[in-house]
Amino acid sequence: MEILVCVRRVPDTSENEIQLNAAGNDIERDDLVYSINEPDNYAVEEALQITAKVGGNVTVVTVGSDDDEEVLRREMAMGASRGVLLSDEAFDGSDGRGIANILKAYVHKGHFDLILTGVQAEDGGAQVGGMLAALLDYPFASLVNSISVLDGGKLKVSREIEGGNKEMNEIDLPCVLSIQTGINEPRYVGMRGIRQVASLEVPTFGASDLGLDASTVGAAGAKVKRVNYFVPALGKGAEMLEGDQEEIIAKLIELMKAKGGLN
Amino acid sequence: MARIFAYIAHKSGIADDSAAELVAAARNIDAAAAPVAVVTGWGAELDAVCETLRSSYAEVWKIANQALAYPNAELVRKALLNILPHDGIVLVSHSHFGIDLSPGLAIKMNSAFVSDVLGIDGIDGTYLKLVRQEFGGQVSAHVRCDASAGAVLNLRPGAFKPHEVAPINGVIVDKSADVGTLTAGRRYLETVVAEAGDVDITKHAVLVSVGRGIQEKDNIAIAEELAETLGAAVSCSRPVVDAKWLPKSRQVGSSGKTVKPKIYMACGISGSFQHLAGLKGSPFIVAINKNPKAPIFQVADVGIVADILEFLPELTSKVRGMKQVSV
Repeated sequence: MEILVCVRRVPDTSENEIQLNAAGNDIERDDLVYSINEPDNYAVEEALQITAKVGGNVTVVTVGSDDDEEVLRREMAMGASRGVLLSDEAFDGSDGRGIANILKAYVHKGHFDLILTGVQAEDGGAQVGGMLAALLDYPFASLVNSISVLDGGKLKVSREIEGGNKEMNEIDLPCVLSIQTGINEPRYVGMRGIRQVASLEVPTFGASDLGLDASTVGAAGAKVKRVNYFVPALGKGAEMLEGDQEEIIAKLIELMKAKGGLN
Repeated sequence: MARIFAYIAHKSGIADDSAAELVAAARNIDAAAAPVAVVTGWGAELDAVCETLRSSYAEVWKIANQALAYPNAELVRKALLNILPHDGIVLVSHSHFGIDLSPGLAIKMNSAFVSDVLGIDGIDGTYLKLVRQEFGGQVSAHVRCDASAGAVLNLRPGAFKPHEVAPINGVIVDKSADVGTLTAGRRYLETVVAEAGDVDITKHAVLVSVGRGIQEKDNIAIAEELAETLGAAVSCSRPVVDAKWLPKSRQVGSSGKTVKPKIYMACGISGSFQHLAGLKGSPFIVAINKNPKAPIFQVADVGIVADILEFLPELTSKVRGMKQVSV
């Protein structure tokens, strides 16, 4: 099975305090720790587990700049056979539809049986997978938390729905699935693994290589634009307990007693 | 002004809570808006839902088809494409179904799509002025959405407070004949209900809930010791389940359990909206997190900036000491 996994490099929100820059038009990006978008990493692991069972290859692709090559190499170190960078100044300012258009153009250059994305990105909104599927006229399932390959060009997938319940579906290949975290246990990637793929070529494709009309991508094609970032006025907000640890604990115990949580 | 449509999800003949929230959101676009409720389904359950919605929507478009008895997003999309005007503004709840339906619906309508919207500041000509959150809720963004060729907006559940309005006497319009042929490359098989698990976190008055800040599986014991001392149970947020440190049955949130404790101790939990959606009954929330910007501090009653790996054992030993004195 030939599997394409669409990945992104994002600031790691568990490692960073996100601050606004002085102009308020972006977050402060100096000193941010970047990593692969977490659900995307689960998607790559799932693709590798599928090809280990039924054969085939895993390609990882991202839309971005040279800085994003590091996440492609990380996923190649996990076992993806090929990393591809889609990069062009014309792509700057793309909205979700623009990114999906770029990915669609790349999908048409190859023959993929299955396309995976992470369920959502840190700054995105669970949209590119569903859009890509619609552009390709492939079936789609979101929030996928298990996949098994059936005979006859089909998969059985479960979707995570409310209350931890699972919605079981059968889906025809080729299709697009957005992968939920927790579907598997992504393998560890060490420095040694990353060094081993350091010399592999990562081909780059721009708008003209992909035969893309510049009006369908980038700021020109975007119907949705971020105007600025802001920090919302807090509601009531928490009463912050301050002082040394001993004082804080004493206050907390009093409060918990008052609320009936300690007797 | 484009017409506004609200896609209403329902289950067992009862409309989803979002039905009232979508009316409120439509009024934020245009105070005079009379949004049209759009409901797909089959049989008596569909009829019951349409009947209820008549009291809050002036028009209810009923789309009855046996193939829509279970909401398969691909089939619903095809039905909606044949029925909705493609320059309309379509509001959908950002639920597991909305995530499945809306991105593809927007592509096929050739309309704009904005996901997980939590505020609407009206419309400026054909541009919708929207608010979203990014980076795990640490910052918000104003977003401008060109709705000249229609728009599909997925709205965060709970973000739009329903208005108190007098019941109206809306009409049901049967659009079933316009559905067209419905076939899909994805077929619903069955729903598998979550396993019960060893501890029922929905029954406890105090929960010591751990998130990513617990860092590794061996540290779960720190939370268990505190819980034991307090007579509480240990629950958790999604990353802890993803990492297989605790079973799914301990997860609080929209994809986990809904809990109603008296006291909820959020330890190393950032406070995503999916997590908070699992907290009901206004518990007293104590948040302990080493990131002072963590969104959990916006909703907690009491906040402590600390590393839980140091703070929790200290709290446990103080509570133990106190109990020994009082015995």
